[in-house]
Amino acid sequence: MSKFNLSAVLPEAVLLVAACLILVADLFVSERRRNLSYSMTLTALAAVALCCWNLLDGQVVQYAFGGMFVTDPMAQVLKLFACLATALGLVYAQNYARTRAMWHGELFSLALFTLLGVMVMISANNLLVIYLGLELQSLALYALVALQRDQPRAGEAAMKYFVLGALASGFLLYGMSMLYGATGSLDINEIAHRIAASQVANRPALVLATVFLVAGIGFKLGAAPFHMWVPDVYHGAPTPVTLLIASAPKIAAFAVAFRLLVEGLAPVSSDWHLMLLLLAMTSLAVGNLTAVAQSNLKRMLGYSTVGQMGFMLLAMQSGVAGGTTASAASAYSAAMFYMVTYALATLAAFGTMLLLSRQGFEAEEISDLAGLFRRQPWYAFVMAVAMFSLAGVPPTAGFYAKLVVLQALLADNSSLPVVWIAVIAVLFSLVGAYYYIRVVKVMYFDAPVDDHAFEAAPDMKIALTANGLAVLVLGVLPQYLLGLCASAMVRTLGG
Amino acid sequence: MNETFPWLSAAIWIPILFGAFLLWAGRDASAGVVRAVALVGSLIGLLATVPVVNGFDLQRAGLQFEEKAVWIGTLNANYHLGVDGLSIWFVPLTAFITVIAVLSGWKAISERVAQYYASFLVLSGLLIGVFSAVDGLLFYVFFEATLIPMYIIIGVWGGPNRVYAAIKFFLYTLLGSLLFLVALVYLYQGSSGSFDIFAWQRMPIGLTAQILLFLAFFAAFAVKVPMWPVHTWLPDAHVEAPTAGSVVLAAIMLKLGAYGFLRFSLPIAPDAAHHLAGFVIALSLIAVIYVGFVALVQTDMKKLVAYSSIAHMGFVTLGFFIFSQIGVEGAIAQMVSHGFVSGAMFLCIGVMYDRTHSRNIADYGGVVNTMPRFAALMMLFTMANCGLPATSGFVGEFMVILGAVQYDFWIGLAAATTLVLGAAYSLWMYKRVIFGAVANPTVGRLVDADGRELLALGLLAAAVLAMGIYPRPLTDAMHISVNQLLQQVNHSKLPAGL
Repeated sequence: MSKFNLSAVLPEAVLLVAACLILVADLFVSERRRNLSYSMTLTALAAVALCCWNLLDGQVVQYAFGGMFVTDPMAQVLKLFACLATALGLVYAQNYARTRAMWHGELFSLALFTLLGVMVMISANNLLVIYLGLELQSLALYALVALQRDQPRAGEAAMKYFVLGALASGFLLYGMSMLYGATGSLDINEIAHRIAASQVANRPALVLATVFLVAGIGFKLGAAPFHMWVPDVYHGAPTPVTLLIASAPKIAAFAVAFRLLVEGLAPVSSDWHLMLLLLAMTSLAVGNLTAVAQSNLKRMLGYSTVGQMGFMLLAMQSGVAGGTTASAASAYSAAMFYMVTYALATLAAFGTMLLLSRQGFEAEEISDLAGLFRRQPWYAFVMAVAMFSLAGVPPTAGFYAKLVVLQALLADNSSLPVVWIAVIAVLFSLVGAYYYIRVVKVMYFDAPVDDHAFEAAPDMKIALTANGLAVLVLGVLPQYLLGLCASAMVRTLGG
Repeated sequence: MNETFPWLSAAIWIPILFGAFLLWAGRDASAGVVRAVALVGSLIGLLATVPVVNGFDLQRAGLQFEEKAVWIGTLNANYHLGVDGLSIWFVPLTAFITVIAVLSGWKAISERVAQYYASFLVLSGLLIGVFSAVDGLLFYVFFEATLIPMYIIIGVWGGPNRVYAAIKFFLYTLLGSLLFLVALVYLYQGSSGSFDIFAWQRMPIGLTAQILLFLAFFAAFAVKVPMWPVHTWLPDAHVEAPTAGSVVLAAIMLKLGAYGFLRFSLPIAPDAAHHLAGFVIALSLIAVIYVGFVALVQTDMKKLVAYSSIAHMGFVTLGFFIFSQIGVEGAIAQMVSHGFVSGAMFLCIGVMYDRTHSRNIADYGGVVNTMPRFAALMMLFTMANCGLPATSGFVGEFMVILGAVQYDFWIGLAAATTLVLGAAYSLWMYKRVIFGAVANPTVGRLVDADGRELLALGLLAAAVLAMGIYPRPLTDAMHISVNQLLQQVNHSKLPAGL
């Protein structure tokens, strides 16, 4: 465990080198040849994804840097999707960024550093490393939100994001310090070991630490009541950056929740399990009910994210109830599948918005999509698939996400309270269905108000098409991704 | 016929593939080609169901034309199809009604034609999927997925208030099916990880759980049937939907709910079904009598037929919950008959609407003078709608009333009022619309039904008459399966010791 083990950190190493290279190389690239940086970035992402893929094959749990860093199958799967999300985010950003003077090297290098932070968070096995990854990711994102610095709305969003993000980091750090104080270790495995061996005398400190950690994670996931920043930042940030915030960092937040709560604080799971349940129910209620009232698509998706995170947390909290490794694996793989399909559908939704945006037109109001079916039936279809997936209507990937979460929820003791929780959850997803199908309604049933022809780069069109089809195909044949998540989680927990 | 060829898969996927092709390749500029392709697709879909009917073995209980393959291994869900006596008739019925639907939109739809026909073809495949799926998850996916094309059909090609109707339709039915989903997952966990409907049917379940399951099923299926008092989405959806949408909605989609009762509620929760039978019978009778009166006062023809559909579907649920061979068979016969008759009624209204753009009874009068051939056909369907002997409407209603009288005389008597009410609202509407002197110049300028319309109506008329005159093949196919179902329903599933 004490070894350096460089092969385990190969994806991160490649990414770091590539990010630095692109940062420097871009200085020598003229404005006209910016596409060079863009292609280098995409190549780098592909290389990183390839490294992750290679590690995933038949992998068991490996440690690096003296146990501070862990790579397990779950981490590889999440990293793969984080790479994919970042790559798609950059591909979709083209139209928007080019017309708004954002198509610079900063966009690429900051996006890569965000991804690096995300990957470090996913693989962190030490409280300090989690914090390191979190700050790397957050600082890069703060800068990205403020990329259009002459836009007051973006500046305001960056400010809000920074202040509330710092607050969340503070919560998390405070919880970590208490956890360190109570257990005397920063290593997550060691913490779990010491708590389980009842070497922790100061139990109140431990519980308080758990509270702060859950609050910090809640902030990062955007779960109610720690969701206040979500709608404003989603709304204020430039749309491509919103896309970056909405996809990979959520995956990282899930991983951190898994590392801290499931791996580190498993012995006190009875404490955080109820906290998560509370967060989940509040998020479902607040997110879904507030989203109904939104007329801005970005805000609506922001609030709907809150609701989606609620659903995901339902699966997370139910891993504890079963008590067996198998039921825990099925619950956490349900949560993981939920995150991945959520990210895919969100990417498609933001991708369509970015496709429609042009110089001086943001395409961010729901009414901006009016009549899209008559103008661009195919992209209206992609958006509709994304919306039905977020609403959880078959045959789209989002349905199976909801299904496996319900299945995890009802897994062990199908006692009546659990059934009622499931019923309440699906009723809130009915509320969710209302505002998602309202978007479909606007696209399909309303007359177009805007007749501008739009052009997009071919790679963007291909990516968006593939993204929409992926959500649909996963809705008909979900076995591959479900199996991938399940086997990754079984191997991760088994190791 | 060769049972190894996957005819059911063919019947499901041929229309869906044709639909996908139209979505991909169809343009408004080549609307004629699009229509032809859609017609060919629906005809091939219909042909694929012929071997299913032909090869169906009347003497065999259990599934026929079974197909089984692993679908989602992680969840232990299978692509498991098959038909038995309960579902056999709905497969060809769906394919047949799809052909009619394709014919009916031939001239009325001129915008986004490809998407319109694609929606119907995809919907047709999904509906056949619902009737032939015997894996719980597969059933649910098909069941839910049907919402999307119908939502689009109502919302894009519907009437003035289509948006309201489409969203109401979607949310109402989604509410029910989400509870159904919770029930499915509960059963999955209770059967230690199986989505096999037949495993669920064998599994012992306690009474409380059965009642909760029954209510969850009921939420999904009662909305879909629809039963009073959760029927209010139906008149809205029917009025706003384009003609073909109404036809498919009335003829097939309403049957999904009733079919769900047969597949899920009765065999999986039999004790709860007995427990709550009184409740369901009461709701059914309210549908038959009260909704019958509501139909009487409608001024909009589509609304009138929509309410009459609710009343007729009340007969179906009544037939199920008197738990007798004749009742259940009558109910299924009523479902098939209603598929033809309500489809035909909506088609007739569509034929007139295409010409005058009005559905108001008051705007018509004396149509027989200008459209004699059409009036004759509509006469037949109106008679079938009120259950005249020798039409298909008679078979089911008579059997259900017979069963109801055996069960309880007063229930039978109450159900029999439909013969009066049905005749009243159907014939009175017919009289006001068709007979009399030509009411206004618009009616005076009407042109009789053309060849395409006569073909669609004629096919339906042949089906209505055939089923009314010689219903035996229809009920013969059901005997064994219904018998088996009733044995299951009358056999308590409560765990021993309770």
